[in-house]
Amino acid sequence: MTLAASPHHILTVTVENKPGVLSRVAGLFSRRAFNIVSLAVSPTDDERFSRMTIVVDAESAPLEQVVKQLNKLIPVIKITEVPPAEGVERELMLVIVKAAAETRGQVTELTAIFEAKIVDVGYDAMTIMVVGEPEKLDAFSDLVKPFGIVELQRTGRIALPKLARESTRLRSVKTARA
Amino acid sequence: MKLTGAQALIKSLEMEQVEVMFGLPGGAILPVYDPLIDSSIRHILVRHEQGAGHMASGYAHATGRPGVAMVTSGPAATNIVTPLCDAYMDSIPVVVITGQVAYSVIGTDAFQEADTVGITMPVTKHNWLISDAQDIPRVVREAFHVATTGRPGPVLIDLPKDVANAPMEWYWPEKVDMPGYKPNVKGHPRQIKDAAKLINEARRPVIYAGGGIMLANASNELRALAELTGLPAVTTLMGRGALPDEHPLCLGMPGMHGNFTAVTAMQKADLLITLGARFDDRVTGKVSTFAPDAKVIHVDIDPAELGKVRLADVPIVGDLRTVIDEMIKALKSERSKQDPPDLAPWLATIHDWQERYPLKYRQEEGGPLKPQFVIESLRDNTPDDCILVSGVGQHQMWASQLWKFKLPNTWVNSGGLGTMGYAVPAAVGAKVGRPDRMVWAIDGDGCFQMTAQELVTAASERIPVKIAILNNAYLGMVRQWQELFYEERYSEVYLSPDLPDYVKWAEAMGCVGMRVDTADDVVATIEKANEIDDRPVVIDFRTDWREKVYPMVAAGSSNDDIILGPEFGEGGR
Ligand SMILES: Cc1ncc(C[n+]2csc(CCOP(=O)(O)OP(=O)(O)O)c2C)c(N)n1
Ligand SMILES: [Mg+2]
Repeated sequence: MTLAASPHHILTVTVENKPGVLSRVAGLFSRRAFNIVSLAVSPTDDERFSRMTIVVDAESAPLEQVVKQLNKLIPVIKITEVPPAEGVERELMLVIVKAAAETRGQVTELTAIFEAKIVDVGYDAMTIMVVGEPEKLDAFSDLVKPFGIVELQRTGRIALPKLARESTRLRSVKTARA
Repeated sequence: MKLTGAQALIKSLEMEQVEVMFGLPGGAILPVYDPLIDSSIRHILVRHEQGAGHMASGYAHATGRPGVAMVTSGPAATNIVTPLCDAYMDSIPVVVITGQVAYSVIGTDAFQEADTVGITMPVTKHNWLISDAQDIPRVVREAFHVATTGRPGPVLIDLPKDVANAPMEWYWPEKVDMPGYKPNVKGHPRQIKDAAKLINEARRPVIYAGGGIMLANASNELRALAELTGLPAVTTLMGRGALPDEHPLCLGMPGMHGNFTAVTAMQKADLLITLGARFDDRVTGKVSTFAPDAKVIHVDIDPAELGKVRLADVPIVGDLRTVIDEMIKALKSERSKQDPPDLAPWLATIHDWQERYPLKYRQEEGGPLKPQFVIESLRDNTPDDCILVSGVGQHQMWASQLWKFKLPNTWVNSGGLGTMGYAVPAAVGAKVGRPDRMVWAIDGDGCFQMTAQELVTAASERIPVKIAILNNAYLGMVRQWQELFYEERYSEVYLSPDLPDYVKWAEAMGCVGMRVDTADDVVATIEKANEIDDRPVVIDFRTDWREKVYPMVAAGSSNDDIILGPEFGEGGR
């Protein structure tokens, strides 16, 4: 099973934009033996806060404990759980693929099929940027592997809830802070 | 008004009504020690920073108010990590202030630089590194607020030297504004009603009362709840004294070295009313076999405790005092609608266990001095409101088992972390907080050697604590495990009865030192010690090294497999 498809929870965590907050969150996860699959930190439209998108290995800990322990961190303002089925997840990957003259065409073709983008070209390799659902990134890296992957980097996913059409499914789990 | 950061810190502590702090100065905290001279705050100069931390904790235990310690950077800060972790595990409100190298050189491996905030993050409820002197009053206010509200705990303020020297404009924040910290105190009415319903239906209920009762100041409420319907209650190691031991409904301590009745009543219960306790592995034994038939009501101010170890049928987040009060009301209304089952058969079963399986030991005439005999003699020759402190090991378990606690906050010990060396400094802190009370510590010979130097502090500050060393010449608790679980292969557990000479050591530290070898001398020596009120006293009780703590549930075993001990015949099962 690939990383992207393994059982996971996605938490969107609004935190105070202060030094050491990332370390508090990371420290909590290691101390409580919760596994992080990926973690992305970004500024928000309000400069007092940052947003962390944390993907937690669902098998390492019950989600409720993770959320409750996170809630106890004072710089944590709000936690929203995005159930994988109810969120829009995206991730970005940069991958350097070997592409000598005889295989270059095939790599370019794959790039086109995945609606990816060639962002750098060398004599015998190309850097390709792929954006999409994490599963799509998995698929692309599987397919180019036979050509030879020189280097690969992924950002870790970010996620937002799907927009409500029939019902609001977004579950705010910061209940303890009434 | 313009002040320096250091002056603002001292003034902020005064605003927080700090009367006493425990500490030891050094380079990075020097600026703060200067305005301290002109402050109303009493400072107690410790001999090791670990002592300062445990004193602050003992003070908090005995008074219910936050204990304060102040030390310098680097090695002093690392010396106080153990007390922080200790207070964190037991939810004790402690505020530690550490000096730090100048903010401008942080990260350069400056002299006595340590990443104090980083090191103490996992052992504090929260910590702060101050970068601007103007923030000092706000941070102090927040620190005391965080330490004392919700689930209490230790906090740390790291103050760089240049920030302490920098000017600031004095203010005192009217209120605390922390968007990410809003502890819930009022329990959910629906849940409370459900809890009352469960209590009113239970045939074999047991109240499982923990240290939270003390922290919430809820022992009167606990008693009212127990008495309302005749609910028997166990009091955990941290909860001893929550209900007086002589109360007919008090079953005493459960857990690994709990008495048979307390352990078995929980095991056989059909309802556990869990109040400020956390299903510690030392209480539950093997979790999967713990109280298998019991439904669980779990009340705690920390939502993360609910469902952490044992799923609760009725989880309630809230302050125990208000929740128990509401629970009593709900229970009364429940009972007006429906008669509860008769609890008499359950209480009769419990009394039968109490009669058949009491705590047992034998002090033989002219035989070796039994540690239990010392503890019982101390118990019977001290005032009801005496504060009892203990170290960690066999002596701690016997003390907790055999003492008859009459009041809350009279038992000061290291539960969660099990910190050897806790007793002497914690006793000093307790006595400073409650000078009107007699304070006795029951300590092990191993523990005593870890922090005994704080008796120098006590002697020089005229803090008359009394220490009873149960000197069995061994790291007794470890020895017990090696005897029982490692085929009597004793590895590095022998100390020595007379190296050091505890009497001479006590005298060298400015204390009165006495030695007792036989049961006949025990009471007279205790009485002599009780008379001394101008300096600390240390009694070296030479106790029987063979004695083991029973009952016992072996680590990882089920509480059903409790071992009663040799006094109960073959195997003691
Ligand atoms: C700081 C620390 N180190 C080691 C231990 C492990 N330990 C638990 S009890 C114990 C023996 C304590 O010996 P002593 O103080 O003589 O008490 P006794 O068990 O003999 O009553 C030890 C080593 C501990 N709890 N704390
Ligand atoms: Mg010993």
